[in-house]
Amino acid sequence: MLALFTRDLRLGVRAGGGALTGVIFFLAVIATIPFGVGPDLNLLARIGPAILWIGALLASLLGLDRLFQADREDGSLDLMVLADDRHFLGLTVLVKCAAHWVGCVLPLVIAAPLLGLFMNMEPLAIGATALTLLVGTPAITFIGAAGAAVAVVLPRGGLLISVLVLPLTIPVLIFGVSASYGAVAEPDPFLQPFLILSALTLFLAVIGPLAAGLALRHGSD
Amino acid sequence: MRLIAENLGGERGGEIVFSGVGFELHAGQALIVTGANGSGKSTLLRIVAGLLPAAEGSVRLADAGEAYPSPASACHYLGHQNAMKTALTVTENLDFWQRFTGEPRLPIAEALNVVGLGGIGHLPYGYLSTGQKRRISIAKLLINHRPIWLLDEPTAGLDKASEERFAALMTAHCAASGIVVAATHLPLGIEAQELRMGESAHG
Repeated sequence: MLALFTRDLRLGVRAGGGALTGVIFFLAVIATIPFGVGPDLNLLARIGPAILWIGALLASLLGLDRLFQADREDGSLDLMVLADDRHFLGLTVLVKCAAHWVGCVLPLVIAAPLLGLFMNMEPLAIGATALTLLVGTPAITFIGAAGAAVAVVLPRGGLLISVLVLPLTIPVLIFGVSASYGAVAEPDPFLQPFLILSALTLFLAVIGPLAAGLALRHGSD
Repeated sequence: MRLIAENLGGERGGEIVFSGVGFELHAGQALIVTGANGSGKSTLLRIVAGLLPAAEGSVRLADAGEAYPSPASACHYLGHQNAMKTALTVTENLDFWQRFTGEPRLPIAEALNVVGLGGIGHLPYGYLSTGQKRRISIAKLLINHRPIWLLDEPTAGLDKASEERFAALMTAHCAASGIVVAATHLPLGIEAQELRMGESAHG
């Protein structure tokens, strides 16, 4: 399993893996917002956490279509399905998700504080948003794995995955953003939405890979 | 160990490709599956491996012991694709499969020597020629132990010398009480039973 993790991470980081694409897309989205919204610094600071979350959500959907597609094209996926008796397929998916998250999504979380400066956010808001992204983005990857597994047989399933996955990620977005606001806007609580966000991630860490494993097992042809 | 297929039927896209196929292989035996294009050779192998559900009949493993609960767990499946990443080096690819598959047998450098490609382990897999890529995936059969080899057109792209070397490997595998099931158009040069697809079903 560790072998699978290092292999996927290596593939994600090497040329053609697309780990950097997400960060650049994230940067592009955030850099565009002030041009659209206008130079009102207070407004930017107020919508900052939400914009960071939406940008990170969209950027993390970008690389999902390659999660299983690349392995399917070269036949590796068949062998992983066959290895089900030794390595439970749901666990294989979980490890692939973890490698995908570290390779493609963690850079977004690391870039988020820097991009928060673009939005004129105060340090506490930046910290809270980065923390909620750190806790919440794995949930997006787990939902995305289920979507990617369903769409893996389709030759150009990338857009379909985003359309399938986006509605399901809305609870994660809601609690992520409300926890980020809770840290700065005084009457709103931080801890409650943050704990629900953590619970969502843990819940989806089980449901997502299991669903993806089932879809992969029955989707092979 | 015995690999038994009873009255197997396969379908693709809702259409029956073959039906009523059966065989029983004991340890040390080989089966060569032949037949025209579209007669269901690959489908048969994928059903035996457990990648596709059988439309009818069943595949099972007898006298295999607890280590191999299902045919899939006892199989090396070599399909049309080589299951290697072009961005990784040959050694990295093989090292991953050796660790992931379990039951390691030959060290990687030795397996590469056996297929006649010693000393190219540092090259990215994508730089190799078609035949060399195929030989690397043959080396993948050697680095982990599996009693059953399911081979789909294993010699596609191989030159004469490599074909002979591969025939020797298959013979050695059978001699070590393994089982080989190979779908092919080309003669493989090994002692084997033959199963002709497309005759029992439609002819």
